[in-house]
Amino acid sequence: MTTSPSVSIDVKRRLGTFLLDVNFSAEGGLTAFFGRSGSGKTSLVNLLAGLDTPDSGSIKVNGATLFDSSSGINLPAHKRRLGYVFQDSRLFPHMSVRQNLNYGSRFAPAGDQRQDFDEIITLLGITSLLERRPNSLSGGEKQRVAIGRALLAQPRLLLMDEPLASVDAGRKGEIISFVENLRDQLNIPIVYVSHAMNEVIRLADTMVILDGGTAVAAGGVEDIMSRLDLRPLTGRYEAGAVVAATVKSHDETFQLSRLAFADKTLWVPRLNLDPGVALRVRIRARDVSLSHNRPQGTSLLNIFEGKITEIVEDHESQAEILLDIGVPLIARITRKSLATMGLRTGDSVFAMVKSAAIDRHSMGMAGTRIRNGL
Amino acid sequence: MLTLSPLEMEAIGLSLKVASMAVLFCLPLGVLTAWVLARCEFTGKSLLNGFVHLPLVVPPVVIGYLLLVTFGRNGVVGGWLWQTFEISIAFTWKGAAVAAGIMAFPLMVRAIRLSIEGVDRGLEDAAKTLGAPAWWVFLTITLPLILPGILTGVILAFARSLGEFGATITFVSNIPGETRTLPLALYSLTQVPDGEAGAMRLVVIAVVLALIALVASEALSRRVARQVGR
Repeated sequence: MTTSPSVSIDVKRRLGTFLLDVNFSAEGGLTAFFGRSGSGKTSLVNLLAGLDTPDSGSIKVNGATLFDSSSGINLPAHKRRLGYVFQDSRLFPHMSVRQNLNYGSRFAPAGDQRQDFDEIITLLGITSLLERRPNSLSGGEKQRVAIGRALLAQPRLLLMDEPLASVDAGRKGEIISFVENLRDQLNIPIVYVSHAMNEVIRLADTMVILDGGTAVAAGGVEDIMSRLDLRPLTGRYEAGAVVAATVKSHDETFQLSRLAFADKTLWVPRLNLDPGVALRVRIRARDVSLSHNRPQGTSLLNIFEGKITEIVEDHESQAEILLDIGVPLIARITRKSLATMGLRTGDSVFAMVKSAAIDRHSMGMAGTRIRNGL
Repeated sequence: MLTLSPLEMEAIGLSLKVASMAVLFCLPLGVLTAWVLARCEFTGKSLLNGFVHLPLVVPPVVIGYLLLVTFGRNGVVGGWLWQTFEISIAFTWKGAAVAAGIMAFPLMVRAIRLSIEGVDRGLEDAAKTLGAPAWWVFLTITLPLILPGILTGVILAFARSLGEFGATITFVSNIPGETRTLPLALYSLTQVPDGEAGAMRLVVIAVVLALIALVASEALSRRVARQVGR
């Protein structure tokens, strides 16, 4: 595993009546800042970028101290070398796409030209836009140019503040795959701000949950998603565990793929991925059912034996059960079933997951961190 | 009617020279002042603002007289300039340019200030995060974006300078070939018998000059606006 964290923040900043008080560190790969609007995500990114100054604390990126109130260090924004992709792209209207892309290159250190112009414009699919003016571009095109502009300034970290906010719903998927490519192909840590859980699960290695100006949790996506106490923040409808797995083989007859995680096998509809590829599967709590005995004569392919580690009942009809099947898994059942089955923490149960419930949208290509971790 | 008399040529030439000089010297100071008023917060800001706008609200004669007592050969600054460098701007075309510049200054500052306030600070922030130091951000982002405002300011100031009368006649008098600009020549003609025909010719010239300037500026600002991508 990587040794020094890519981002390490411990800051306090009062903004009117709002107090931002954040302390966490995250490893390389893609770190997502997740939270509702008003939770302090953008304020935090602005502190990182140097567009705003903390009242106290310290900010370190890739081992370099950008801010430290105790030793009086406060690197100005233009010396921080953090590529910032804004919600509203902020392309310079009086320059062509090419001029926008090249704006930061003159300030990058001469010896540091990791991101190559041709490579980046090909990766982002903006080769045909170079001579256009920003006001003639669509929302998705603008955002791709903005990403390219930030990368070509040779930053040590890429900050993306809800880059999909001003992109049409139909184009969001396109940008997400670009971000996925960046994460996997360029050796640059990314901080990705979002309030959409599906983006975070698909893209992030590490996630930081912000609520009311504080970082209430920070850690691997799998760990955070399996914590029932964070449910109110991560979203009830979205409840589900995230499992890191690898593609083992394909069953061509029945068009299924066999995924492996821990020492378990998960059958899912046929994936267009080569064996050995690491990915992240989200198993929604509502797709997991429980049984005392190993089910016989069932249509279900995925049956896992495990122990109940935590039970959380809500004030309505539902209960969430956290299981340990080698990795954390969450099941959502009615409180009536919970009572009928007499389930208690520590009990051994069988968890059943419908293969058909796991669709493409539940999967994300895992970043480097997961690959190394397996 | 179509050919201009030497006297008319002289007045027009002098007016253009005085107005150009006035605008040229106003411009850098005007951008700086507009910037300070738009972007900086400091105590005494409203005082500076009032001071800049003073020529707009006091009678031009007051400004002319203040200039005379300050820059005249017996004035505080003028006396020193005369004794040290043997320079005096009183009763010269340079003095007329100073008077015109001061009268036009608030118009220029207002136009530029408005355009600076209209610049999206987010674009400047974006430039900073790309590694650009503040002065480069100003040159490559702010300045091009406020160009339409600067143009408007220049045209307003130029027009105001062409028409300057009160402060000019008070400060530098009405000397043919030196300080007798178009408005002053027109005024002189109205003071003599049989001057009506000559005065009418100058009126027509003044209107034509103004129209040319307006049409040209309109075309220019459309072009600049396109460049800026608005």
